[in-house]
Amino acid sequence: MGMLGRIRRGGRAAEPAPELPTRLDIAPALRGSLALRHVDAGSCNGCEIEISQCFSSVYDAERYGVRLVASPRHADGLLVTGVVTRNMSAALLATYEATPDPKVVIAIGDCARDCGMFAGGPGVEGAVHDVVPVDLEVPGCPPTPEQIIKALRQITGR
Amino acid sequence: MSAAALTAVVAVGGVVACLAVLLAPARGRHVLAGALTAALGGIGVALGATVITSGLAPAHLGWLIPLAGVTVAGDATSGLFIVVTGAVAVAVGVYSPGYTRHARQSRASLATVPVFVAAMLLLPLAASVTTFLAAWELMALTSLVLVLTDHRRPETRQAGLTYAVMTQLGFLALVLALATFAAGAHTESFAGMQRAASTLSPGLRAAVFLLSLVGFGSKAGLLPLHAWLARAHPEAPSPVSALLSAAMVNMGIYGMLRVDVALLGPGPRWWGLVLVLVGAATAVYAVLQASVANDLKRLLAFSTSENMGLITVGLGAALLLSAAHNRFAAQVAMTAALLHVANHAAFKTLGFLAAGSVVASTGVRDLDRLGGLARRMPATTVLFGVAALGASALPLGAGFVSEWLLLQGLIHTLPASGVMLALAMPLAVGAVALTAGLGVAAMVKAFGVGFLARPRSDEAANAPEAGASMLAGASIAALACAVLAVAPAILSRTLTHVLTALPATSGQQPPRLGVLLRLPGIAGSLSPALLALALAGAVLVTVVVAGWGSRRRPAPRPAVLWGCGGPALTPRMQYTSSSFAEPLQRVFDDLLRPDTDVDVSHLSESRYLLAKVSYRSVIVDAIEQRVYRPVLRAIAAVADVVRRGHTGSIHVYLAYGALGLLIVLMVAQ
Amino acid sequence: MSGVSAGGVIGAVIQVVLVAAGAPIVVGLTRQARARLEGRAGSGVRQPWRDLRKLLGKQRIRPEGTTIVFAAAPIVLAATTLVIAAIVPGVTTGSPLDRAGDLFSVVGLLLLGTVALALAGLDTGTAFGGMGASRETMIAALAEPAILMAVFGLSIPVHSSNLAAIVGATAHHPAGIATPGAALAAVALGIVILAESGRLPVDNPATHLELTMIHEAMVLEYAGPQLAIVEWASAMRLTVLLTLLVNLFAPFGIAGVRPGALGILVAVLAITAKVVVLAAVLGAGEVFIAKLRLFRVPELLAGSFVLGLLAVTTSYFLTSTGG
Repeated sequence: MGMLGRIRRGGRAAEPAPELPTRLDIAPALRGSLALRHVDAGSCNGCEIEISQCFSSVYDAERYGVRLVASPRHADGLLVTGVVTRNMSAALLATYEATPDPKVVIAIGDCARDCGMFAGGPGVEGAVHDVVPVDLEVPGCPPTPEQIIKALRQITGR
Repeated sequence: MSAAALTAVVAVGGVVACLAVLLAPARGRHVLAGALTAALGGIGVALGATVITSGLAPAHLGWLIPLAGVTVAGDATSGLFIVVTGAVAVAVGVYSPGYTRHARQSRASLATVPVFVAAMLLLPLAASVTTFLAAWELMALTSLVLVLTDHRRPETRQAGLTYAVMTQLGFLALVLALATFAAGAHTESFAGMQRAASTLSPGLRAAVFLLSLVGFGSKAGLLPLHAWLARAHPEAPSPVSALLSAAMVNMGIYGMLRVDVALLGPGPRWWGLVLVLVGAATAVYAVLQASVANDLKRLLAFSTSENMGLITVGLGAALLLSAAHNRFAAQVAMTAALLHVANHAAFKTLGFLAAGSVVASTGVRDLDRLGGLARRMPATTVLFGVAALGASALPLGAGFVSEWLLLQGLIHTLPASGVMLALAMPLAVGAVALTAGLGVAAMVKAFGVGFLARPRSDEAANAPEAGASMLAGASIAALACAVLAVAPAILSRTLTHVLTALPATSGQQPPRLGVLLRLPGIAGSLSPALLALALAGAVLVTVVVAGWGSRRRPAPRPAVLWGCGGPALTPRMQYTSSSFAEPLQRVFDDLLRPDTDVDVSHLSESRYLLAKVSYRSVIVDAIEQRVYRPVLRAIAAVADVVRRGHTGSIHVYLAYGALGLLIVLMVAQ
Repeated sequence: MSGVSAGGVIGAVIQVVLVAAGAPIVVGLTRQARARLEGRAGSGVRQPWRDLRKLLGKQRIRPEGTTIVFAAAPIVLAATTLVIAAIVPGVTTGSPLDRAGDLFSVVGLLLLGTVALALAGLDTGTAFGGMGASRETMIAALAEPAILMAVFGLSIPVHSSNLAAIVGATAHHPAGIATPGAALAAVALGIVILAESGRLPVDNPATHLELTMIHEAMVLEYAGPQLAIVEWASAMRLTVLLTLLVNLFAPFGIAGVRPGALGILVAVLAITAKVVVLAAVLGAGEVFIAKLRLFRVPELLAGSFVLGLLAVTTSYFLTSTGG
């Protein structure tokens, strides 16, 4: 029973939850449950690595009621990473349009906030707020999982 | 009314209707043909109803056919099939004027319809071998004329040829069966044959049973004599397809009931086993073909074969169980078979009429080019939906109760009934269950791909709604579906009459089809009406639950389909009928033997870049390929040998004649 | 034939309410059990309820070109499941609907719900909708013989396919369940229930990859309240199937045909405890297995069918030699 033994020895991987940040009054309807559609609008994939860490056993963002979903129709918000490239701006807008209200847009990382080091690049359309209205921004290049989770908890309030 | 008078009314009605259509001016001809067909059907329903309740005393008309004469009689079994045929004819008659306005039908074809209906109404009344065979052949010939309506298309001619050959071979088997039977019984009246049946030798009875099974099975589209059905039914005009698929195939079942069950029975166990095996094989094979078919009418035709297979399973189970002295279960199985005849007639009529409306409006039968009809033809979509629900044997559908009865009959085999039953019944249940499951897949495909989603061709995108007469005709069938689905009790008395008349199932209290279906001797019950009521209640509850919190919701809004952020989805990106069936096709690869081809052409610059990929998949009837081909080759080879004797010399031919006569005399000695 | 008893009606209502309210908790339990074994903290057993509450308050979206089939499918799915919840003996064997529908009807109603959702998937006219519908239909079509064979095996000893009769017989003669036939039927039914409720190894309810989806692919276009009904109905399906499985083989504590207040209370506690345990086991079990390739699923279902066939034949032969 190798698997069972490993489970027993591994025990609990999730770190204790940090202190609950104060809840922001962005979308009261999303309290306790937040389904997110992740959009990579032109990221270097640094932020993606951190986001995937958020949902790993160690950080376990799911315990705060956050989930990644496949369809924007199922989502309450978009988790946008990277600068918005020309090729992805229409897709980002379409994803935003496809999401039912009330919805939030969270821009993850410096590129998403203000184009970061890619500002002025030939393929860059702009930052996320140039294409869709942004409710919350998480700075960092890339932001740590703690920072991302803190932002998400400000919405779910858990 | 006497039997002779009733028969005369139907026969004269058919002839008069035929003449009237032939003589009518071209303008009103199709309306007249429809009206007369419907009227004839109405007469049939009334006639059948009286036959069910009071029977019909035998009558003999010596002058009508030389030497043998015509003998007619009627009992509840005949009545049931007459009512079903009549009801189908009413719906088809009301429907067809609208259809023939779209798709022109020749005068000869229009005039043949009433004769065909009359032949089918008269067949169950036949009470002697000659009468039966005459009505049978009339039905076969008129239906052949109708199949060939659109004879300018090569596919139709090919289908007509297949049908002609197979139906005549079936007729040959029937002639042999009934002639052998009559010779053994020393009479050709059914009443006399029934009395003499028990005195026949087992070998003779077995021969009659097998030959008649070939004859009737070929009419009902049972394996391996099914090939004509899926070719001929789709090629006929849709109202005729409905008559063929909902009424004519039933005559194969009627024949088995009349000759093999009523006259020849009770038989040994293996008769029942043969019927169960043939029926189960037919059902599974046909439903598989239906679930991968891309032609809407071909799909429906295979579904007809499937349902005839299920009815045959019920019939066989009834014989098997009755031979094992399990009378309760035998009755349930027989009830299932009879009820399914009526249910199938209702939903298949509706299916073909609704499909006919689609063909009339779009000119397209290929599911891969249909779609989106729900918006353009809402009424037809609802009608086809009712038919599909019935054909998929789901609760609230017309086929559910009869399949439920069939399963009840199969599972309540007593353990003491013997090893053969203990092995056969689970497999039969498995076959019926697989058929039910695949039937659902086929109907989801037909309805979902054909009527929902977005149009896959201009014809489908611009289809006009069907005309009033077409909708009215189909609505009659839809009404029958709804009534049979929720209140099968209306057939309760009829079925009781039939069951008490058949030797395999008489002498017990038959199942009661009240609001609650109760099966005496079996602790099982079902109430389709209560289930429907409960579902309606549950829908209400769900709607209330879904409304919870609606005050705080933002207003609903339309949105473009989610295309993963890419450009708008085109109708070509949808799943088609072929792609929908692909997983099933893969699973049943060994049975279906699809012929698939992928052609990849590369760009000249690099073989990593593709210029074009073309995918082609054809599913041909594997049995037709494997069984028919060798037989046809063998016949051709034999014919080659025989041809050597055809020298063209009169002397040699005279010698053949003399030799033949000598042999006959020696054998007769 | 006993008529409808007041206790039976109350029991049936209670079990419907229990399923309706408890189903999200059952899903929460499976997720929580799985999370704990994966070393995560988990979002708590009430998370599905929070999700539903939120979805019910969200905007409803009408995707372009969809018809009433798309709008009606979630309601049909939920309604069929509610009716099944009333038929299946969870709390009492005296449900007034028991005689209106037997195990075959339950299978038929399940399939009706599946068909409604498959049609909705096709109705959207998207590639994913069609893909999900096609796959789900294939699995449902192949699960049908397997599930009916298991039903057949169970109904032989009691000569009835009505659930109250089967469950009642086991409740009165617990020894009757310790037969090879019943054990085989239990395994067969268990496999089919995994397939019908879209759990591993047939379908992964937690997947985000459209191409591996079955159930999820059909509902990709649903949003807000409609999605809430779909999720609620799926949870109820799982709960009802678990209830059915546990009570067919271990109906201990179930109230009889004419239950009193105490009987119903005991039955409610018993069924809750049993389903909670089964849900936790289901969630825990999913840690150890991976999703099967789509075209391996038919093999699994065929295996279930063969087990059912064995169950039927063994019960035939054991019943006939035993008397």
